[in-house]
Amino acid sequence: MSFKEKIAQRAAAEIGAGQIINLGIGIPTLIPKYLEDHKQVVVHSENGILGMGLPCKLGTEDRNLIDAGGTYVTAGRGAAFFDSALSFTLVRGGRLDIAFIGALEVSAAGDLANWIIPGQYSPGIGGGMELAQKARRLIVTSMHTTRNGDPKILKACTLPLTAKGCVNTIITELAVIDVQPAGLVLREIAAETEIDTVIARTDAALLIPDGNLTRY
Amino acid sequence: MIDKTTSLENALRTIRDGDTIMVGGFGVPGTPFALIDGLLELGVSNLTLIKNEANEDGMGLSKLIEANRAQKLITSHLGLNATVIGMMNRHEIEVAFYPQGILAEKIRAGGAGLLGILTDIGIDTILAKDKAVVTVDRQPAMVEPALRADVALIHAAVADRFGNLIYEKSARNFNPLMATAAAKVIVEAEKLVECGDLAPDQIHTPGAFTDHIVVLDTLTEEYGILAHHVL
Repeated sequence: MSFKEKIAQRAAAEIGAGQIINLGIGIPTLIPKYLEDHKQVVVHSENGILGMGLPCKLGTEDRNLIDAGGTYVTAGRGAAFFDSALSFTLVRGGRLDIAFIGALEVSAAGDLANWIIPGQYSPGIGGGMELAQKARRLIVTSMHTTRNGDPKILKACTLPLTAKGCVNTIITELAVIDVQPAGLVLREIAAETEIDTVIARTDAALLIPDGNLTRY
Repeated sequence: MIDKTTSLENALRTIRDGDTIMVGGFGVPGTPFALIDGLLELGVSNLTLIKNEANEDGMGLSKLIEANRAQKLITSHLGLNATVIGMMNRHEIEVAFYPQGILAEKIRAGGAGLLGILTDIGIDTILAKDKAVVTVDRQPAMVEPALRADVALIHAAVADRFGNLIYEKSARNFNPLMATAAAKVIVEAEKLVECGDLAPDQIHTPGAFTDHIVVLDTLTEEYGILAHHVL
């Protein structure tokens, strides 16, 4: 299993029965295959779908049914379609239980930067700010470090923010970390890593609870 | 009974250089490709375009921008269009980004005859730069002015001759909002029915908002499945 698949699988376990979730681009789009049917999770898509089903099997694509990233998808049982204003009414109005989102940087205070690298990467905001600021719970799913091996979990973000103090949990290929008022708390570590490795690859201070950490 | 059907040429003929034009669609679904092609053929320029995204390179709205017909684009996300991002970075087009749902609300407000909305989205970010901030219930809120346009280009699955509209699946997106927020609303419809054929409870946009209906005889390739998005 790739690191990204491992992150998606661990992220899926955070979802409670009947919860309404939104999946950002990248790793979050891998989550649906790890959802257990009995949990009856309901997926929201920014372009106006509640109850989105799995991606289409080859040859069954509907030209009028895509997710926010352009992938052809299906409508699940009980799905609803609506316009873009209502889609974000659901988000800003507090009806979204969890948003899973990618990150360029996360700070010790739960600040998120994921939408712009000035001069290099500026595709626009999309739905990211509203999801980050208003989802009841924001879970970052990301590789622990950049392609160059630099930490993404920092004392303070250096890039322009998406939203301040919005991140609740960070799930990477190395660790599950909760953002608490006291700071970043290490909750679980991956089976094939050690606490020292997680600490070495994290710029921000980590609070390590007493006793054995759960492995995943 | 009122009949708003007309030819594509007649529907578009009053559009002028410098007009502000809203265009429905989120990706391919709901994008009025035939009306965009008509606009391209009309040759108008210096347009201000408002659309969720700019379609993908070489498609739909991107064709107008690539042909240098637009001086400004008001949008949410251009992640699937490297050409327009390049033009933006070279200052060949001015781009204003808004959070997707805030863009929708600015249009909704414009359509509803409101002057703007108050929001805290992005208030701790660079988005708040140069924005008017007021206090509501002891919380800071940014003033986002409403958006209106000279023309809205809309894609509907079904229209009756009065202009009652029904959209299909994820092709609804910005279409019903933009259909309320322009001085002239031009609709391309995949199917035309007679007044009375649509169940009143099923109508998404009531005909009062529609000015012209262009019935599509055929759907060009652009409306179809994009091979690179098939898994």
